[in-house]
Amino acid sequence: MPTGYSANDLVLLLPEIVLTTGLLVVLVADLFTGRSRQHWLGWLTIGVLVATAVPIVALSGHATTAARGLLAVDGFGAFFKLLFVLAAAITVLISRQYLEVEQARPGEYYFLVLCATLGMMVMAAGIDLITLFIGLETMAVSFYVLTGFLRPNRRSNEAAIKYFVLGAFSLGILLYGMSLVYGLSGTTRLREVAVALATQSDSLALKLAVVLVAAGMAFKIAAVPFHMWAPDVYEGAPTPITAFLSVGSKAASFAMLLRLLLEGLPAMAPEWRGLFYVLAVLSMTVGNIAAITQGNVKRMLAYSSIAHAGYILIGIVTATPRGVTAMLVYLMIYAFMQMGAFGVLALLRRRDVVGDELKDLSGLFFRRPLAAFAMLVFMLSLGGIPPTAGFMGKFWLFSAAIEAGYVWLAVIGVLNSAISLYYYVRVVVFMWMREELESASVHPSPGVAVALTVAVAATIIIGVYPAPLFELAEASAKTLGMAPRVLSLR
Amino acid sequence: MTPITPAHYLVLSAALFSIGLIGVLVRRNLIVIFMSIELMLNAVNINLVAFSQQWQHVVGQVFALFVVAVAAAEAAIGLGIILAFYRNKETVNVDEITLMRW
Repeated sequence: MPTGYSANDLVLLLPEIVLTTGLLVVLVADLFTGRSRQHWLGWLTIGVLVATAVPIVALSGHATTAARGLLAVDGFGAFFKLLFVLAAAITVLISRQYLEVEQARPGEYYFLVLCATLGMMVMAAGIDLITLFIGLETMAVSFYVLTGFLRPNRRSNEAAIKYFVLGAFSLGILLYGMSLVYGLSGTTRLREVAVALATQSDSLALKLAVVLVAAGMAFKIAAVPFHMWAPDVYEGAPTPITAFLSVGSKAASFAMLLRLLLEGLPAMAPEWRGLFYVLAVLSMTVGNIAAITQGNVKRMLAYSSIAHAGYILIGIVTATPRGVTAMLVYLMIYAFMQMGAFGVLALLRRRDVVGDELKDLSGLFFRRPLAAFAMLVFMLSLGGIPPTAGFMGKFWLFSAAIEAGYVWLAVIGVLNSAISLYYYVRVVVFMWMREELESASVHPSPGVAVALTVAVAATIIIGVYPAPLFELAEASAKTLGMAPRVLSLR
Repeated sequence: MTPITPAHYLVLSAALFSIGLIGVLVRRNLIVIFMSIELMLNAVNINLVAFSQQWQHVVGQVFALFVVAVAAAEAAIGLGIILAFYRNKETVNVDEITLMRW
């Protein structure tokens, strides 16, 4: 029984400690680098992320808890932490060129990206209501600032205001639900909550708590009908931040949701299954139909990401190991294809062109054939066409649904994938078959080139040879809730 | 004299939460909306402290302290964002946040 912190905790918390140290170093280094050498900060940030990835991999085989049972150190957490570090690295790589065009200072920007990553890592590892909530807020507060980072830009201002107001509002709802969970179980440790609630009869208060927690989290993953903020925020935020928001924040919220539901509230499964069934169907359908009408690519990808949240929610509805595995696989695949698509959009940003309208992509193939090819791969993958990774991800999600007996959910998912093809293919049509508007060429920086190459390669390789990722996700999903139960300290 | 039971605190907290919720939904001034959100968070705090008293341990109070700290951080960030918006637009009325609509 752990009674205090030990040296062992320092080892188990090494990824978080390295990242925290690193983000402080970036903040201080910003003070001492001149304006002409600011691009070094980007590489320093990448270095911090690589240094964080090392202990994550080294600790991925553990199944234990750290810090007196506040954080789990297990494969599930390690899988998500790697995903966050990867997404953050791609964000940093596609940011530099974009920030130069926007004439924004990169120092605080990189610092905040790392802060958000730290928050996500705590969200994926937390097994205590307080820890999860602190992780969520570390991430959310960093994203509020990053969304409004382009201060002279009115769209960026508006996006930050909307994100902040709705984010804080959803936090209030989530916390009220959490306070009821604590009140009914008398503990904030998720695994003790599960034990305490297992013997309780269904009370109205417990149902209310589940509904409030589900609603608060549905805001964060942008599931219909709690999605109103997403299109506006995605459109107004700096493009690399939109990418990080749609991948990192979503994956972290799904990780937290899985921890809350499967480790803390398994006794309430019939209730939350029904809730998320409805949310999944609504998100898929509304997201895809709304995406069809969009002329702005960032906005279209926002609605598409709402639809993808719906697909991923299928895994929560099944709540089987197979379903959770499919979620993990899909989130990893989604990270590559979504970051890649936003990477191409960030590349199109030039001094006089915002580059996120559909017409800005006109004739991209004739200007930058490689960028157009990358966008083609990402669009096909998002639409779920074989042999790309997106197809494998959807295949596993839908087959997990059928296996768990949710045939109609799978049918709705397949129908929605068919609808989504319309707007993904439209992007391709614009790139290949429209006259190019103006000839101002876009030159990718080395960072963008590396990021896009990695994303394209991953999207294709996982599509052709998905076994390693699937096995990794399966092993990670198994560890959820498997760490030894920490006995009460009280 | 009827003693004050946890139920009394919960009713108070539910009322405060509802006032905050309605405030967010019906008010048009960003600062007032922001204050309504703070009401919701304080309703959570009342809940936490009442439950902490009921269970006879301090966990709920620790939770409440964290909520207070986070609310302070959010207030700093939120007012900063509202100020940045005001500089560009000279208003804090949500009806005039109309640049992006579907």
